[in-house]
Amino acid sequence: MIAIGMEGSANKLGIGIMQHPKDGSPPQVLANIRHTYVSPPGEGFLPKDTARHHRSWVVKLVKQALKEARVSVDDVDCICFTKGPGMGAPLQSVVVAARMLSLLWGKELVGVNHCVGHIEMGRLITGATNPVVLYVSGGNTQVIAYSSQRYRIFGETLDMAVGNCLDRFARTLHISNDPAPGYNIEQLAKQGKQLVDLPYVVKGMDCSFSGILAAIDGLAKEWGLGGEEKAKEDEEKSSQIAAASESLEDKPTRADLCFSLQETVFSMLVEITERAMAHVGSKQVLIVGGVGSNERLQEMMGIMARDRGGSVYATDERFCIDNGIMIAQAGMLAYGTGFRTPLSESTCTQRFRTDEVFVKWRD
Amino acid sequence: MSVDRVYSEPHLTFSRFNLTWAVLPTYILHSTFTMEDYKPPALPSPFNNTTPPPTLLTQGAEAHLYKTTSLNPSIPAALKIRPSKPYRHPILDRRLTRARITQEARCLAKLVREGVSVPALLALDWEGHGGQEGGWGGAWLMMEWIEGDVVRVALEKWEAWMKKASLDDEQTQAQEARVRALMRKMGAAIGALHKAGVVHGDLTTSNLMLRPVDTNDTNEVGLDGDVVLIDFGLASQSAQDEDRAVDLYVLERAIASTHPRSEGLAEDLIVGYRDSYKGAPSALKRLEDVRLRGRKRSMLG
Repeated sequence: MIAIGMEGSANKLGIGIMQHPKDGSPPQVLANIRHTYVSPPGEGFLPKDTARHHRSWVVKLVKQALKEARVSVDDVDCICFTKGPGMGAPLQSVVVAARMLSLLWGKELVGVNHCVGHIEMGRLITGATNPVVLYVSGGNTQVIAYSSQRYRIFGETLDMAVGNCLDRFARTLHISNDPAPGYNIEQLAKQGKQLVDLPYVVKGMDCSFSGILAAIDGLAKEWGLGGEEKAKEDEEKSSQIAAASESLEDKPTRADLCFSLQETVFSMLVEITERAMAHVGSKQVLIVGGVGSNERLQEMMGIMARDRGGSVYATDERFCIDNGIMIAQAGMLAYGTGFRTPLSESTCTQRFRTDEVFVKWRD
Repeated sequence: MSVDRVYSEPHLTFSRFNLTWAVLPTYILHSTFTMEDYKPPALPSPFNNTTPPPTLLTQGAEAHLYKTTSLNPSIPAALKIRPSKPYRHPILDRRLTRARITQEARCLAKLVREGVSVPALLALDWEGHGGQEGGWGGAWLMMEWIEGDVVRVALEKWEAWMKKASLDDEQTQAQEARVRALMRKMGAAIGALHKAGVVHGDLTTSNLMLRPVDTNDTNEVGLDGDVVLIDFGLASQSAQDEDRAVDLYVLERAIASTHPRSEGLAEDLIVGYRDSYKGAPSALKRLEDVRLRGRKRSMLG
């Protein structure tokens, strides 16, 4: 069984081809390609520009994926697409493309929940059987555990997603959005040494990030660390910065702010994950989503899991960051249980909670 | 599988923290770590040196609860330890641990003063020392030892007993009346707590205890006795209807999920609460809103 997965809920357009061999051997990734819409420093990606990007790339990417996978259209069983959640315009561009391919090739459609896609791909790649899942990305922050055919949300953000918080702080500092703002924050944070006091907002298993963003934006402004000029200065004398921050212990640097932001928000994430683990009595943690590729988060989670006598499962950017194969993987699991999305229902939705999906393929 | 690089373990490199991470627990540097290696963190002094040693009762995400003794070996005491979290930056860790344990202590002290039925606060150290010399091991709090079962266990015992015992309608009603009386007592205890200006933050039947009274009738499961509120780890000082209503809502949900048989009896909780203090009716009014709202939120993006 071969499926094409089409993902475009945010600024990444991903096309993936997965195969579930008939003999029941492990699923195989045949092609996994992605093209990212990168906005200039200091700006986020706007829905209409992102949608335009997806529309202009989707045909090229599908062709390239089929070529890479060395499969013909006849081999494909179904076309899986992201139904939601995500940004409206980009989602719509991809769903139109999926519908077009379905009619053109006469293949059936499978609408997939983006979050369930992440979880299923993470489970497949890491081999974690029944983990507590931390799903952290630019649009979502959830702690999830499986129970009687649903992925249940135990804790989540009360306002913005953690990735959104990081991305927006990158905008304040005019950090490059290439390859991803979060990645560049992570690199800059490695030079940070001083921990700046920031709000720490955990309520039971939920958390909140908007106040932290406001606070650190305020600090950046107060110390004159934001804006284009500072970013240029940074680039010019990046080698001197490490030395400078050591001598000037009082005034935090841009690196110190990135470091403090990461330490604070990741501590919150690890804490709510630990609560959920204690609550459901699980010893495995799986980290999925774009922020999940941050190595400091993986490291902190690893220490926490170790102290509880468990282990952490994480993947690298190919599977963590939005991609097409995760949609193909989750779609094929649903397809295997007889799930289909008729053409008349092949819509997309910006709001689609993880626990709305009936997980028929697990017991 | 054609996919290759998979991290089943994160990279344990601390090089970038060489200036800030003063003391690293040695066990996190081991490259292999199995379940057998796990042991709870070392007790802060002086508890690493008491006879008999404290016995671990429960381990939550935040704290470990031990039974120990206070002043002399015949006086039992409950010891709650918040071990340091090695994954957190040490400065952040101390800041959080200290804020939380002092918050808990302040609530307990206030409640004891107001005459609410809670364990008395005996001692506290927000900078407990760890296993090694001068090591930061977390914070600890010592409280009065409360004898008896938590309400969850008492209700479970009662439910099991009800299943076994063959009772006629009248006897069943008499038994249910006992649970109703207990629920009313619980409501009154929570009312007293709210009256004192504290909200619990995590009310479940596991956080309410029954201090037993001597009964002659051993055939029945003990549902009598005083209700004592425990575990103020998430408590805060608030007199807002919203916070009070959420407290009650959380307990209602907990009763519904853990004691299906007693769910119909939970109305008496509200009855007991309503008469307990002056602000109760307005908190109960807010509870109706909270029930409708639930927790479910449709997400954006």
